[in-house]
Amino acid sequence: MPEAETKTAAKPLPVVPFLKIPESGEPYLEGHKCGHCGEVFLGQRMVCAACGTRGQMQPVRLSNKGKLYNFTVVHRNFPGVPVPFISAIVDLEGGGCLKGNLVDMVPNAEAIKFDMPVNVVFRDAGRKDREGNSYLSYFFTPAN
Amino acid sequence: MTEVYVVGVDMIKFGRFPDRTVPSLGAEAALMALDDCGLTIQDMQALYCGNLGQASAMVGQRVLQEIGQTGIPVVNCANACATGATAFREGYMAIRAGQYDTVLAVGVEQMGKGLLGGGGGASGIPTEGLLGSGTMPSVFAHVGMEHSRKYGTTFEQFAKVSVKNHHHSTLNPKAMYQIETPLQEVMGAEMISYPNTKLMCSVNVDGSAAAVLMSEKKVKEKGLMSRAVRVRAAAMTSDPYTPRNLVMPDFNAVTRLAAKEAYEQAGVGPEDINLVELHDCFATAEIVHYENLGLCADGEAGRLIDSGETALGGRIPVNVSGGLLSKGHPLGATGIANIYEITTHLRGEAGARQVKGARLGLTHVVGMGSACAIHVLEKVN
Ligand SMILES: [Zn+2]
Repeated sequence: MPEAETKTAAKPLPVVPFLKIPESGEPYLEGHKCGHCGEVFLGQRMVCAACGTRGQMQPVRLSNKGKLYNFTVVHRNFPGVPVPFISAIVDLEGGGCLKGNLVDMVPNAEAIKFDMPVNVVFRDAGRKDREGNSYLSYFFTPAN
Repeated sequence: MTEVYVVGVDMIKFGRFPDRTVPSLGAEAALMALDDCGLTIQDMQALYCGNLGQASAMVGQRVLQEIGQTGIPVVNCANACATGATAFREGYMAIRAGQYDTVLAVGVEQMGKGLLGGGGGASGIPTEGLLGSGTMPSVFAHVGMEHSRKYGTTFEQFAKVSVKNHHHSTLNPKAMYQIETPLQEVMGAEMISYPNTKLMCSVNVDGSAAAVLMSEKKVKEKGLMSRAVRVRAAAMTSDPYTPRNLVMPDFNAVTRLAAKEAYEQAGVGPEDINLVELHDCFATAEIVHYENLGLCADGEAGRLIDSGETALGGRIPVNVSGGLLSKGHPLGATGIANIYEITTHLRGEAGARQVKGARLGLTHVVGMGSACAIHVLEKVN
């Protein structure tokens, strides 16, 4: 492999392809919306999974605000993964749903409320790949 | 189209057999199923083999290399936790279509211990524990929490599923475990992903099960009708689109669609079913499937487990084998092991755990990704 390809990137890389890091301005999550039925998906696609319409998927910038639809507190995981943590499923305002870690709150199942408002924030993933690249990830935080 | 019957069926006692091979485990169950109906491998016209761990390694052919290479067609199936049921259904379909009159279906799996799932993202770093959790206990914790969100289902109600199924398994000599687990013990066990504790997660085991399927004409010709069980429905679905499905797998819609089709095929309703073996890969899953299979109204599943109606002796016993939670869950074998359990009850041969007077039984599996398979079996005599 040419040496140039193994060099560490100067800037953090996105943890998933639908996390966009523009040259200037804030990072954001990108969805794709079906022009026929209005369903919003994470990431690029050719055809709508909901209605089967072709060629009408348009990129949309997803909201950084949402509500907690579902969660679990994870106490046991693979070696090296810090526990406990909150695995959360969030419905974003205006469409889009995604899973991520809910942070900045105590991972106590009794204290977490369904439908609580959350923000999407962008922080360092805290993990590097084999080439030493840093990654920017998304997280959920309580909105108030 | 011909009616299709199960004439021979059996499973090995589930356990951990690290010194065995996958084909040898599959061969053992295959021979047991042949012996159950007094037939030989020469009587089989096709083999449908389910296995996940070696899905690209021709497990069905290697089973035949152990028990007789007769040159019959072999179809190897992989369909997540619906793998064994898929193999069984493929055999059913071939007979139904008139292609064969006698086929063998085998499900087999050899598993390690520990967590399944999790890991991978498109990027260069692992995303488990960074973008939420994709381990099986977490995925099914989310399934349970969605039910809690809708209906207020409690940790204790989920835990009661494990108490019941572990109790059932004390009556099943082929289960991995035969140990009572009182409620306090289940709730006090190590928390894995809330609300699933360690005792609310299915057991990873090695296992195999096999069934011989036959057309009506052939069953009569061979004089095998006395212990035959009729397949009244063989339904399978993939996950229909529902909001959040691509982020949080929806095991409800895929099961409801299969249940609707299975009841239509069988011409019966859930109120006609005498016992159910459903996919209790986690305690939370059993609760949601009570409603998905129509065993109770939506929102009533918590009350149903509290009432004891799904325990042996109750209105609609569920997982009297001990279920995946205690009998064990060898992925590719599970679907056919469920067929074995229901058939054994319909034959009146289930011993201490016999559901008295059982005439109609239902099996259900659901594999993440997703695939759901439901079979309805009927006592003939
Ligand atoms: Zn659409």
